[in-house]
Amino acid sequence: MSARVVIAEDLHLLREGLVHLLRAHGFEVVAAVESGPELLKALTGERPDVAVVDVRLPPTFTDEGLQAALAARRAIPGLPVLVLSQHVEQLYARELLADGSGAIGYLLKDRVFNAEQFVDAVRRVAAGGTAMDPEVIAKLLVSTARHEPLAALTPREREVLELMAEGRSNAAISQRLFLSESAVGKHTASIFGKLGLAPSDDDNRRVLAVLAYLNAARS
Amino acid sequence: MRRYAAATGRSLALGLLALTDAVLTVTVALMIMLSFTLGLVVLFPPGARMLRRRTALARRLSGRWLGREIGPSYLPPPPPVRRQPDGWYRHERQLYKTPRVPEWNNRWKWMFSDPATWRDLLWATLNPLLGAALLLPVIIGWYAADTARQGHPVALLLGVAAVAAIAATPWLLRFYGWWTEFLLGPTAKSMLASRIHKLDQARLETADSQAAELRRIERDLHDGAQARLVAIGMTLGAVEALVHTDPAAAKALLAKAREASSTALTELRDLVRGIHPPVLSERGLGDAVRALALDSPLKVKVTVDLKTRPESPVESAAYFSISELLTNAARHGGADRVWIDISSHRKNLRITVTDDGSGGADPERGSGLRGIERRLAAFDGVLAISSPPGGPTIVTIDLPHALVWEESSGTKAQMPKWKWAIVGLGWGFAWLPLFPQGIVTAIMKIIEHDEKSWFYALYLPEPLQWPVIIFNIALGAAMYGAAVLIPIQHSRQRWMAEATPHRLWLHR
Repeated sequence: MSARVVIAEDLHLLREGLVHLLRAHGFEVVAAVESGPELLKALTGERPDVAVVDVRLPPTFTDEGLQAALAARRAIPGLPVLVLSQHVEQLYARELLADGSGAIGYLLKDRVFNAEQFVDAVRRVAAGGTAMDPEVIAKLLVSTARHEPLAALTPREREVLELMAEGRSNAAISQRLFLSESAVGKHTASIFGKLGLAPSDDDNRRVLAVLAYLNAARS
Repeated sequence: MRRYAAATGRSLALGLLALTDAVLTVTVALMIMLSFTLGLVVLFPPGARMLRRRTALARRLSGRWLGREIGPSYLPPPPPVRRQPDGWYRHERQLYKTPRVPEWNNRWKWMFSDPATWRDLLWATLNPLLGAALLLPVIIGWYAADTARQGHPVALLLGVAAVAAIAATPWLLRFYGWWTEFLLGPTAKSMLASRIHKLDQARLETADSQAAELRRIERDLHDGAQARLVAIGMTLGAVEALVHTDPAAAKALLAKAREASSTALTELRDLVRGIHPPVLSERGLGDAVRALALDSPLKVKVTVDLKTRPESPVESAAYFSISELLTNAARHGGADRVWIDISSHRKNLRITVTDDGSGGADPERGSGLRGIERRLAAFDGVLAISSPPGGPTIVTIDLPHALVWEESSGTKAQMPKWKWAIVGLGWGFAWLPLFPQGIVTAIMKIIEHDEKSWFYALYLPEPLQWPVIIFNIALGAAMYGAAVLIPIQHSRQRWMAEATPHRLWLHR
């Protein structure tokens, strides 16, 4: 059975583009809305497998979409939501991750350009995983630059950590860095050892642990 | 006890200082007289400057000793003479090689036409008289001590007088302060003039920095996004030509075009962030600063206590000021931790940024701090820096009247009830002592009419009659006077408050 999607985006062209893209990749688009209140209704009414939501929506054109997504997740814990935005803020990433249940994506709108990676991210979120924009992770790592255990990582381990924080599995990381999966496994074990985190085989929980660690390190 | 000792000491010092003003007044008056009668205009500015130095001291002492802050009352000084394109300096119809003469002329005229100069002179002329009054308690005390030493019985009486005089010294000082403020304090006109002067400068600076900002944005767009879009268009054109003949090359070009669009987006994003950060319009100042703190490599603690959102231009100015301060702390101050506190003090927005860096920040040298001042100047904002060498650096930003304009300001200008009661009493009953019990009784007494009727003064014993009649007339006149003067005085206060508005941009 194909995954059911709700799309919220106020720009007509982009909304249609998303609908086409996701349909072409075998998703069933159950609702494509353009405002915050409509989104909240669609999310709680349709209970989709995943929602793709723009942060800035009518009527206020502030963070309407984000608020609606957070409200829906309070009503339906663990509802998978992929948030799209013209700009990424660590502040928003934190708020999305705050409930610790995962199934969260936060990407720049630019990422839609690369259809394959975007659809991959939607699938990952629908499956309860995490998809963080590389820019969020880069900012996070810049602001934790002075944190000692992180500074002790080797450059390779840092690369692995970045990809891991974005929400990628060991297999994806190995593909990306042209390493064998067992090598990536060794790197992750070493990273978890240096940061003092309990190792976990579950990809999703691993990602959340890393993100929580990074967020804690900077405050 | 200490209070009276301090008051007596102060009145002694102020009194002695005031006596020396006699010399100053004579000198200055002579200089001014010479400048008019003999045309020695050269003597006028130094005379006025001497006066100003003396009154500046009086204002300072009034603030420190009499608890009465007095601001300067002068009109803003003339702007510097500008050099003409042909290299000459103009003053009216004359041209000069150097700016010295035109500058001097402007200053002379400025001092001469400023009413505050003449008020200064009046104050300095009358000051010795009041100074003598200030010395009275000390003189009586000294005289009493002297007679007591000689064993006169009058000494007792004098002693009582001296104690009374010393007890009255605080009142005397208060009156002296009031009088000083009356002549040396700013008038509505001078306040307005200096306010306009300040606004004029702020407007110029704001317009300047806005223009510079627009130029920067234009340049960024021209070299960045615009150029990339041209490149994307050209690439797509090439793809169109190649798509049938060489699909592989076309595909490679398409990938390039996508990359270029992505770069253009990144650039646009950075540009937008520099103009008005999205998170600021989405969440307001508090969360925007929190987002800023999260992006900073420093450990930043943000506390926000705001009930209402400030106006958007104020918010933006505050945001960029904080952003600049954070950058400074990281780059120059070598700080590890920063504390940002945003709070409201009545209608003022107050921001405190404290860092544990090495200190030594100097607004004179840092162009960043100067830029913040310029940004804040448009909103009457004030930047205060405390940055001793070795740290910590504490920067305080005060934005007056930045928060919602409350309606209560209208009720504040209302007269208090007790004043209304006095006014009503005056208009309602002043006729009673003034006419029947005052003037008419006086006429009855003068024409020696037998009928006493209800004129109560005529029933009193003979020697008391005239004093009571005069008292009645005075009472009636005073009641009428109060009824007229209180509203006038009040509306003058209100007019002064309205004539010097602190916030001009919020009138929607």
